[in-house]
Amino acid sequence: MSMTDNASNITGPGPAVQMEGVHKWFDQFHVLKDINLTVSNGERVVICGPSGSGKSTLIRCVNRLEAHQRGQIFVEGTEITNDVKHIDTIRREVGMVFQQFNLFPHMTVLENCTIALTKVRRMPKAEADKVAMEYLERVRIPEQAQKFPGQLSGGQQQRVAIARALCMRPRIMLFDEPTSALDPEMIKEVLDVMVDLAESGMTMMVVTHEMGFAREVADRMVFMDEGEIIEVAPPSVFFSNPASDRTKLFLSQILDH
Amino acid sequence: MTEAKTYTPGQHPNLPPPPNMVGSMAWLRDNLFSSWTNGALTFLSAALLIFIVPPVLDWAFLNATFSGESRDACAAATGACWAVITARFDQFVYGLYPSEATWRINIAFVGLLIAVTPWLAPRVPFKKAFVIFSLAYPLLALWLLAGGLGLEPVYTGRWGGFMLTLVIGVTGIVASLPLGIMLALGRQSDLPIVHTLSVTFIEVVRGVPLIMFLFMASNMLNLFLPQGVTFDLLMRALIAVTLFSAAYLAEVVRGGLQAIPKGQLEAAQAMGLNYWQAMAYIILPQALRTVIPGIVNSFIALFKDTSLVAIIGLFDLLNMAKAIVTDVTWQGLSIEVYVFSAFIYWIVCFGMSRYSIWLEGRLGGGIEGTR
Repeated sequence: MSMTDNASNITGPGPAVQMEGVHKWFDQFHVLKDINLTVSNGERVVICGPSGSGKSTLIRCVNRLEAHQRGQIFVEGTEITNDVKHIDTIRREVGMVFQQFNLFPHMTVLENCTIALTKVRRMPKAEADKVAMEYLERVRIPEQAQKFPGQLSGGQQQRVAIARALCMRPRIMLFDEPTSALDPEMIKEVLDVMVDLAESGMTMMVVTHEMGFAREVADRMVFMDEGEIIEVAPPSVFFSNPASDRTKLFLSQILDH
Repeated sequence: MTEAKTYTPGQHPNLPPPPNMVGSMAWLRDNLFSSWTNGALTFLSAALLIFIVPPVLDWAFLNATFSGESRDACAAATGACWAVITARFDQFVYGLYPSEATWRINIAFVGLLIAVTPWLAPRVPFKKAFVIFSLAYPLLALWLLAGGLGLEPVYTGRWGGFMLTLVIGVTGIVASLPLGIMLALGRQSDLPIVHTLSVTFIEVVRGVPLIMFLFMASNMLNLFLPQGVTFDLLMRALIAVTLFSAAYLAEVVRGGLQAIPKGQLEAAQAMGLNYWQAMAYIILPQALRTVIPGIVNSFIALFKDTSLVAIIGLFDLLNMAKAIVTDVTWQGLSIEVYVFSAFIYWIVCFGMSRYSIWLEGRLGGGIEGTR
């Protein structure tokens, strides 16, 4: 089969994420319609669009938090199927940051960061602690390591969530509206960490409404509406000269407020 | 009264509260006499206490008889005849267990206390050794109580009293919690077979009275077993109590599982934890914590329900008490015997209740208002 050949060809320096003709339904609701998107290694893609447009669902398909029903998704050359082994492989390559942080409230910040290292990677605890502290320093909160998530501000919690995902040394990071649940004064500290991460060359797929951030770090903008990708363009073109009327309308709504 | 004083903004010191807000007078006013009705209720309660407490103390302690060989020893006194308890104490505790072998029960009891320590105490030294002992304990207890391998065998029909109640209660609690957790997870499973089996089991068991199960275990099982095969009556009661309690626990645990936001499982999965790892480290620790009161409530109910085994002819604490009441030497002392038995049940159940309150308080610290 030609598709399988393609799959084996793209291991190595090929695309990080490749989506081909992906469809998804929630019962009767057609939430993703014929999605074709390729993200290269080291590329930063920002996905935007009105709520309900399917952008969160799209990135949740990349680590199989949602299953697609038609089409193919390859992550680092591995196709996502029902095969649990493939899903495990992919989840080890892909880190995710959620809108609601989803930190584990019964564990300290440090334990949040080390749990996957010790249980999935079977790393000795001392070594895992070292890795975790390294990333907590990178998101600038090493001093909070022994606290519980509930004792931190929203911005601090989200930075812990980023550190927690980075501890697994993923090759791709997914961000699902990482700043939407934050108080305004905390958005910047999280975006700063994300800019740092982008500058380090991480492959990133970011769903966000922070257009300033998008302008600064995105290599490409993806605009979605009603389950379809309407427009893909570099930010310089996307913001100044969008091709589609729907993009224009969306941008006028989001930039004017 | 000091005269009103003004401070420049940002310079206001912390002042002490007004005098009528603190001290014993404030406590009396807030707690006993906060309104006319509360004041009246305070006096009424005080009057009731004065009427009730002295006669009870009189009966239970001051005019009570604590030792004697038969009922006649109590003839002189107007109070309780606790002599029946002291004279028959061994039967209350050990049932009809051979008296020369009761030391085995005592050792098993001490072993039980050691075995539960690592699970109940937050931090113990040598935890690993404790846990290994805990895991080996059921076999050790079985050997000590039932005998064999060098110990005189004691047929389970002679087990009785508080010891039997404890055996059924502890076995039921220890076996039904894991089973209940598995049933709760099964009920939430995406696998249709596992889901259907779990739901069917839970709904069937919850829809039938425990006594019915015990009757069925004691009578009907023989119909299905081949001729000549016997199945220990106590073992049947243990299985019935465990399965019954597991069905209730499953629903309690399900409540806890539903209280955990979906994002917790998603975050665990996104980090590469598999289903069992996510359950063991992320979901269950949180879910069980939120339903500690419900779990302990089930345990307390289970411990009291052990008294139902009297119906199928096992001599647990309550049935033993009943037997002692009918003893000719101690005729007419049902109040003393039942009050004493009730007190034992109460001690154990109250202990569980206080433990759960303490546990909730300890686990609640530091992790409030999260996610």
